[in-house]
Amino acid sequence: MTVIAQAPALRADLRLVARMVTDGARVLDVGCGDGDLLAYLVATNNVDGRGIELSQTGVNACVRRGLAVIQGDADLDLGDYPSDAFDFVILSQTIQATRAPEQVLSNMLRIGRRVIVSIPNFGHWQVRLKLLVHGRMPMTRALADPWYTTPNIHLCTIRDFLDLAQTLGASMERAIAVDRRGHPHDVGDRALFANLFGVEGVFLLSRN
Amino acid sequence: MRGPGSPAAPFSRMNGPPAPAGPENALYPLAMNRSLDDFVAEAGLGASPEKIAAAGKRLTLPGPLALDCGVSLPEVTIAYETYGTLNAERSNAILVCHALTSDQYCAGTNPLNGKPGWWHLLIGPGRPVDTDQYFVICANVIGGCMGTTGPVSIDPATGAPYGLSFPVITIADMVRAQAAFLDALGIGDLFCVLGGSMGGMQVLQWAAAYPERVFAAIPIAAAARHSAQNIAFHEVGRQAIRADLDWRGGDYLKHGTTPKKGLAVARMAAHITYLSEAALHRKFGRKLQDRETVAYGFDADFQIESYLRHQGITFVDRFDANSYLYITRAMDYFDLAADHGGSLAKAFPGIKTRFCVVSFTSDWLYPTSESRTVVHALNAVAAKVSFLEIVTDRGHDAFLLDEPEMFATLSGFLGSAARERGLAPK
Repeated sequence: MTVIAQAPALRADLRLVARMVTDGARVLDVGCGDGDLLAYLVATNNVDGRGIELSQTGVNACVRRGLAVIQGDADLDLGDYPSDAFDFVILSQTIQATRAPEQVLSNMLRIGRRVIVSIPNFGHWQVRLKLLVHGRMPMTRALADPWYTTPNIHLCTIRDFLDLAQTLGASMERAIAVDRRGHPHDVGDRALFANLFGVEGVFLLSRN
Repeated sequence: MRGPGSPAAPFSRMNGPPAPAGPENALYPLAMNRSLDDFVAEAGLGASPEKIAAAGKRLTLPGPLALDCGVSLPEVTIAYETYGTLNAERSNAILVCHALTSDQYCAGTNPLNGKPGWWHLLIGPGRPVDTDQYFVICANVIGGCMGTTGPVSIDPATGAPYGLSFPVITIADMVRAQAAFLDALGIGDLFCVLGGSMGGMQVLQWAAAYPERVFAAIPIAAAARHSAQNIAFHEVGRQAIRADLDWRGGDYLKHGTTPKKGLAVARMAAHITYLSEAALHRKFGRKLQDRETVAYGFDADFQIESYLRHQGITFVDRFDANSYLYITRAMDYFDLAADHGGSLAKAFPGIKTRFCVVSFTSDWLYPTSESRTVVHALNAVAAKVSFLEIVTDRGHDAFLLDEPEMFATLSGFLGSAARERGLAPK
């Protein structure tokens, strides 16, 4: 499949995600936006890519660049995909905006052999400090909307997410914390540290 | 007498040119406060059989056509139109499948009425389906009344019009006829098959029956089966036609009559299903037609009544009642999943065709859920499928109208497919 519009410089977390995807894999990008990541994966990793996107403009942008994307919703539409349909199912910066994150994640683990999730980390020290000092819902670069308009209804921390993955019986193949300067750090056994200094977390999970 | 001037119809008809993008609140200008009988008394065949026969291209299939019902049609003529030029590799052909009451004149000017083709907003030079780049073919379906073999055609066995002795046809039969027609034209593979409503059903049937011949498929405002509600509305229309004494048990051509009233009522009922409650309210509300107050009678007090009467009667001018029976029946019988052991996914095993499925939010005739069913089935076989639900209050008819989002999507989808196909530079 040829993609004409080459992906622009990829966001830091998306670059990390892209590095986790193996060449020629079947990939489903849930909440694929304008298709930047998918287009990049198709062009550089030669993947067989599919996408789900909620917004009409996003779907249109994807279709125009030759991507196979359906208009849909992570909460409603993942249930209709057959099991084991993909090698990788990706959900970047979206799980906190879904109505049922646990169900979304377990569906992803059913549909794909591997799952890649990135989240904004609510455990970052700036977030904690803002809440502690000001006593108000924190607003940061990664979480820019006030509480009354934010789509993020299920925010969590890196440690919370690790717990959820464990609850669902998934194995955590990689967990990465991205700091304020965009540098990745393996969470490893330093979860407390990663949870404090990671602006976002990127996780590669597989079904046990 | 018809109303003054050329009516700037607030809605497109299923087959007529889409409504001009005029002021949204333009009132329907016809002096429509008249009964249906006044109209049918004046209605003549807008396009006589002679006129239809004289217009456009014809091809007679080299052999008989076997139908799902078990009968074989000995002689089949296909009336068609083409736009653009077939390239030397014969790789740029797009088949456009028309809806229930449409015809082969999907672009350019319809020679029968001088109006723009029914999909001229989508198809033409520089349009999303660019006839400078693609070779567009549109054929009247079998069972139709615009030149292709149907119930108005002469049965070679009797020398008289088929009428109700015409075999009952299916969507699969229509597609089989199109495939044989393309074979005869020397066109093997299609770059794309495209259609809305019943045209979209044919697109799905094409992909299921001839997946290797279809590079890209675009079913718009369609469904993989007819629902009970769809069948119910069709049955109302058919009963209206059959209740008209002029129908004469289907033999009206022999008797020199036309079941105009029945056909007009069928069209009125069907036309409601092509619109939406919101659009009807926006266009007409409870506004009165040429009067200040209700007349305490059964004239067309309300604008919506005038509008529907007009839709009914102009339809009688251009469509054959028996064709309406046959084609609605074909749609009712359509159930792609049932044809494949009850699983829609089994209709498309290992399919390589790339799909672009489009639906409209206010379409209650073929609602988005029907398109999603198709998308889910295609997902289950890992097909390359894109799907877009377009937000509009114009109902089912939106597929014929000026819908920029639809145009942008189709243009983008076709452009990328053309690059993959080598029709456009990468």
